[in-house]
Amino acid sequence: MPDLKVGPVTVDHGSFRRVAFLGGIYSNYLALGEALKIARGRGVDGIFALGDFGAFGPHPDRTLEILREAAVPAIQGNYEESLYSDAGDCHCGYTDPRDNHYAQISYDYTRDKTSPGHKAWMGTLPGHIRLTIGGRKALLCHGSPRKINEFLWSSTTPEPFIRRLLRDHDADLVVCTHTGIHWSRFVERGRGIVNCGALGRPANDGRTHVWFTVVEARDEGLAAEFVPVAYDHDRLGREMLDEGLPPEFVETIHTGDWTTCLEILPGKERGQSRF
Amino acid sequence: MTPTPERRFPESPLVALDTLWFQVAGTLCNLKCTHCFISCSPTNDSHEMMDLPTVRRFLAEAETLGVREYYFTGGEPFMNRQILEILEAALALGPTSVLTNGVLIRPEVANALRRLADASPYSLDIRISIDGWNAAGNDGVRGDGTFERILEGIRNLTDAGLNPVITVTEACAGAATAEGRTRFLSFLRSIGLARPRLKVMPLLRLGAEERRSRAYEACESLVGRELTPDEAEALQCSSCRMVTSKGVYVCPILIDSPDARMGERLSETLRPFGLRHRACYTCHVEGLTCRT
Repeated sequence: MPDLKVGPVTVDHGSFRRVAFLGGIYSNYLALGEALKIARGRGVDGIFALGDFGAFGPHPDRTLEILREAAVPAIQGNYEESLYSDAGDCHCGYTDPRDNHYAQISYDYTRDKTSPGHKAWMGTLPGHIRLTIGGRKALLCHGSPRKINEFLWSSTTPEPFIRRLLRDHDADLVVCTHTGIHWSRFVERGRGIVNCGALGRPANDGRTHVWFTVVEARDEGLAAEFVPVAYDHDRLGREMLDEGLPPEFVETIHTGDWTTCLEILPGKERGQSRF
Repeated sequence: MTPTPERRFPESPLVALDTLWFQVAGTLCNLKCTHCFISCSPTNDSHEMMDLPTVRRFLAEAETLGVREYYFTGGEPFMNRQILEILEAALALGPTSVLTNGVLIRPEVANALRRLADASPYSLDIRISIDGWNAAGNDGVRGDGTFERILEGIRNLTDAGLNPVITVTEACAGAATAEGRTRFLSFLRSIGLARPRLKVMPLLRLGAEERRSRAYEACESLVGRELTPDEAEALQCSSCRMVTSKGVYVCPILIDSPDARMGERLSETLRPFGLRHRACYTCHVEGLTCRT
């Protein structure tokens, strides 16, 4: 097994013009199916998944089967790193016991329900992917380029820090996920960070749809578009309850408001949160 | 005769300067808490108030270094007459937190903070310290009558639409246990914080706290220890520095230790630090970080 903690393997995937980035899927296989259809309909020339395929939702193998069947190039998130190495927790990076309580429920369920073959596949995934979009160097990571479970929120990722990350990691664009809320910040034309959000649960905005991101090369540099994905969330909620997952999780699926794992939110994002 | 073995301490590398602290009120405080690890008081001026131009100079250097976030502490930051302008300058560059006892947060101050928070794309967190769920517990540490005055500051913030982070130390007996946390969270809801944000801090046996409880014991030291790279990088000094009126120190805790002063400018302090101080033991063993 590669020791990804020592230095994540980076794979170079070549050149693209319009790329779809799928953030944390959290076992929401219904949203994943819809997102793939939408992305293909938009004529993207690449689709990449940025890790955390399991957690939160039901039947984790269903998501993995879709991803592998579609041969979506993917990197490890902290979930994949934990599952393939049989760690005792998800290493999400939460600091509040209230967040860790629900994170453990998610992880124990997902670890129990993910088949060994899929866990072994997770161990083969790289930690980073590099590609170019319209000639700009993009670096795909899960949390941040320097740490798989670092949270890059909009309100805590300022421009001077972005410039440093781009400089330190020889990139024009960093694409990440991990936080579950999409955002982007460009510090100059074609240089910046895109957090592609999550397909796994709504973006804590009181709406039931979930999100992925398309980045496209344009004359003025790079443009990020956040794409809403409607899916059969009633069905997902029913399946979550049938699987014995917490009703608090299902409430989020039905309302779009986070009820768990939200102590980690920074002040500004928490101020916009219902709970 | 057996030679005395060399006293060796592990080092913390500076992995990345992410967090920059300012001792913006020096060691001057309107309270005189009995657990203060730097013995702040109305008369302790060993570190002086910092003015806006000085703060701006360090912020400019921090911007070139790509610092991620800023923290302002003291003493009591709201004793600094320029604090709102200082926070505005920091919020132009990154997420900003201010650590306060809350006593000086009158309604007009709370409203001004709300305006600053709304005007920035970055988070502004107000962090208020309280040391018990009632006056009897808190006032024994923070001073007579402070419990009610702190609650008034919290109310003024919530009235302005801000949700402060509340810090409690282990001077509040049981606060660090699961039951204690639950009780404290219930208390915070009872005073109007619908979505309570809580940070529980261990005690540092320095300054006034050394007299209130006890000093560090001889075994509480990192001498002879070897830290793994992960352990060393988990220490806050691997990613922070503290600016005071006297220069740049390794971290927010050791500003009373002359050998923890690392330079005049940030660029002079981007190097490892030997973990020879007793407080380093607390940071390592308790996993303490002064960040929220």
